[in-house]
Amino acid sequence: MTDEIESQETAPGAAPDTAPDSSAGPEIGSVIGVVTETAPGETRVAGTPATVVQLVKIGYRVVVESGAGAKSAFTDDAYAEAGAEVTDTATAWGADVVLKVNAPSTGEIAQLKDDAVVASFIAPALNPELLAALSQRSLTVLAMDAVPRISRAQSMDVLSSMANIAGYRAVVEAAHEFGRFFTGQVTAAGKVPPAKVLVAGAGVAGLAAIGAASSLGAVVRATDPRPEVADQVKSIGGEYLKVDVEVEESTDGYAKATSEDYDRRAAEIYSEQAADVDIVITTALIPGRAAPRLLTEADIASMKPGSVVVDMAAAQGGNVAGSVAGEKVVTANGVTILGYTDLAGRLPTQASQLYGTNLVNLLKLLTPEKDGRLVLDFEDVVQRGVTVVRDGETTWPPPAVQVSAAPAAAPAKAPEPVPEKAKATPLAKGLLIAVGVLALFLVNAFAPQPLPQHFTVLVLSIVIGYYVIGKVHHALHTPLMSVTNAISGIIVVGALVQITSDDLAIQLLAFVAVLLASINVFGGFAVTRRMLSMFSKG
Amino acid sequence: MTVESAATAAYIVAALLFILSLAGLSKHETARSGVVFGIAGMTIALGATIIAAIDGAEALGIVLLLVAVAIGGAIGLWRARIVEMTGMPELIALLHSFVGLAAVLVGWNGYLEHGSFPSQSLEDIHNAEVFIGVFIGAVTFTGSIVANLKLSAKISSAPLVLPGKNLLNLGALGLFVVLTVWFVISPALWLLILVTIVALALGWHLVASIGGGDMPVVVSMLNSYSGWAAAAAGFLLNNDLLIVTGALVGSSGAYLSYIMCKAMNRSFISVIAGGFGIEAKGGDDTEYGEHREITAQDTAELLTNASSVIITPGYGMAVAQAQYPVADLTKKLRERGVEVRFGIHPVAGRLPGHMNVLLAEAKVPYDIVLEMDEINDDFASTSVVLVIGANDTVNPAASEDPSSPIAGMPVLHVWEAENVIVFKRSMAAGYAGVQNPLFFRDNTQMLFGDAKDRVEDILRAL
Repeated sequence: MTDEIESQETAPGAAPDTAPDSSAGPEIGSVIGVVTETAPGETRVAGTPATVVQLVKIGYRVVVESGAGAKSAFTDDAYAEAGAEVTDTATAWGADVVLKVNAPSTGEIAQLKDDAVVASFIAPALNPELLAALSQRSLTVLAMDAVPRISRAQSMDVLSSMANIAGYRAVVEAAHEFGRFFTGQVTAAGKVPPAKVLVAGAGVAGLAAIGAASSLGAVVRATDPRPEVADQVKSIGGEYLKVDVEVEESTDGYAKATSEDYDRRAAEIYSEQAADVDIVITTALIPGRAAPRLLTEADIASMKPGSVVVDMAAAQGGNVAGSVAGEKVVTANGVTILGYTDLAGRLPTQASQLYGTNLVNLLKLLTPEKDGRLVLDFEDVVQRGVTVVRDGETTWPPPAVQVSAAPAAAPAKAPEPVPEKAKATPLAKGLLIAVGVLALFLVNAFAPQPLPQHFTVLVLSIVIGYYVIGKVHHALHTPLMSVTNAISGIIVVGALVQITSDDLAIQLLAFVAVLLASINVFGGFAVTRRMLSMFSKG
Repeated sequence: MTVESAATAAYIVAALLFILSLAGLSKHETARSGVVFGIAGMTIALGATIIAAIDGAEALGIVLLLVAVAIGGAIGLWRARIVEMTGMPELIALLHSFVGLAAVLVGWNGYLEHGSFPSQSLEDIHNAEVFIGVFIGAVTFTGSIVANLKLSAKISSAPLVLPGKNLLNLGALGLFVVLTVWFVISPALWLLILVTIVALALGWHLVASIGGGDMPVVVSMLNSYSGWAAAAAGFLLNNDLLIVTGALVGSSGAYLSYIMCKAMNRSFISVIAGGFGIEAKGGDDTEYGEHREITAQDTAELLTNASSVIITPGYGMAVAQAQYPVADLTKKLRERGVEVRFGIHPVAGRLPGHMNVLLAEAKVPYDIVLEMDEINDDFASTSVVLVIGANDTVNPAASEDPSSPIAGMPVLHVWEAENVIVFKRSMAAGYAGVQNPLFFRDNTQMLFGDAKDRVEDILRAL
């Protein structure tokens, strides 16, 4: 259940007052304009001082409309310092590439110069008129919310980055309304139980909410129709509530509409949970449809007074009965339902920074030479997907891209033990042992003394060696080798006996042998001591 | 008590001390006393032998003996003092070659020193023992020399592929059996020379055809051989101390080889019979997607915010000499309250336990350096894993892709962690020649360049 952060419709704009006339500085590549958002309530901005630096690095000239970052706490001076020119509205809109958060209004579209590129939230599926208006002009439009959901494009996925912020903020809003601690405590004034939080939908926003709530100390449970997210939920401290009905795995990263059986069982779970938990955060969205209804009036009525519900899908019709988009509602039984639609915008500095970075990543992809020249390559699914209008021609929807939300699932679940090494059968093994034992027996039975005695010593020593070595700590394997090296220098004993022979040739050979073996004995022990002295406990 | 019987008694004491020495090495706490036991055992054995040898010997023999021990001892102590810890594998291989050569010489002397035998069968046995001792010694000698050259990068570590190389090895063994029988029937010097040459060639070829990544197995295998060479000399000289010690060393090396082979999910035979490179040549055209890069700066940030970090080093860390900056990094992160641990794959590096020694040298406390089995379940709850110069030992294909050439090899499950940073010089495949899907995972980021430089960059950023 990925959460779509709605791109607000812009207010019908004021008439254009200036003709686009800014001349691009050709010697340093195209001009990027960062403009002030005009939508009511919008606090974000499409570029921050940090992203300006990066844009300049890949060859662009950046102009920022004066006051563009004011609501996100970025001053004009900060932009100037980062290498941007702070300009008036007309110049910023007259840039070759205009970066925005919300889709441009009709009036704003008129302000764009011919052949300009504009990047913003567009929501092409929901706004056909906007798309039509944009394709009236010879523009190229990059819809940031149309980035395909593949790994490579994650760094440009504004839906994810905004959803992440919104999920966090949803918990903060809930905590603000909630009259108790999130974390359990035992204080001198009595014991406080931890708050119980249910997060419906473990998409990006859901996971962010689970993480934020569990780090505040709450007991967090989560639901999602995609069973493959169970591990992700667990990894950030949540408990995954499984709906025990067969569901297919998602292949495109978005949740699908679910079967009837599933819905019935899920509804039961929501009813059970509603009565038990203190906080519910719903994030369920299905692309291109109204948000599914997860909590009914009866569920809300069964909740404890003082409970808080945050409906992150309020703009798309709401997951919760009684939620009102953009409003806080308190029910008769004292349950607060928050339908805020601007959760990401409530963290303007953070949201602008992440959105700006997403834009930078997209522009990096579109500027392969880092020379400030924007090039569109329609062979690339990311560039193809994000472009909804090219040179005045509508290019939406793009051909379908199958991406996987559960990438490793298929190979990972394949049974592992296929290429088990061809082990010798027990029979062959037994036979081999029998032959070996028989050979040992025969050698000793027929050989004269002292051979059997030597074999006795040899066999017992091997057994002792096996058991002694088997206990050696893995970290000491190198010292073990150097010690065994040193003691295998014991061969010096043999050479020492021979060195006192009467034959000069033998003496010389023995001399060399003693010399070599002595290197081993002394060197081996010395190096082992040196090594062991280095091992120290923390 | 004669000098003879005193020597025999001393040998028994020495043998016991050697066993205690190896037992002591099983734990960090007792390892140092283990070495002391070993030294004591060796001193007793040498003392007893020298006294017994000097007893009634000529002046020349005594002088030669003392000079040889003095020179050898001096060289040994000198080498041990100056060796770099990254150079341990080479040194150990070289030391193995000395034992091998000494065994060859002792065997030759055993033939030249025509003793008198009470019976014909005893003489036959003696001759066979000479042959076996010389053969094992010579294989150990050239094998270790090649291993030393490969480890010190004086020759290419790529496996030598001669046509019918397994037949060559088997042929050499067959020839050895034939020559042994011949020598027992009619002893002659030229047969001894011939078998020495065959064994030298076999040792050379055997190790030359094994690739660099299989070196841990090779080195422990040679360790084992050097033990068997000593044991064979013990049979030859009727010396139980040599047999006991040789058997201890031989089984120790064999056990280590077994551990190493198990860690690679390969049989000992398959290691000897050929490197990975040959099997893995099969086309590998799977599309893995793209990898992402990260800067040292961002890595530093990630590490600072992490609650737990696991570092999995490999041979690349030794090559880049990165253990000191890695140790510094560990110390800094621990001071900031980040839990830092190390996960060591059994075949990481070129010697069993190689990584442990390098980290110990850089003063990383040994209690945070854990074995694969100890740490594998903890990756899932780890924020950041730093893979430094390791490749095949962290390859998820080994556990997930049954068709992979390394399928079934136990690996470190680094990909289960939240973030994986891979330090690597390029996107080249590892020793096994297998592409590593880890690099293309969503939670993996690559930090290219020399491991030492990159870790130092991170340190600066911290």
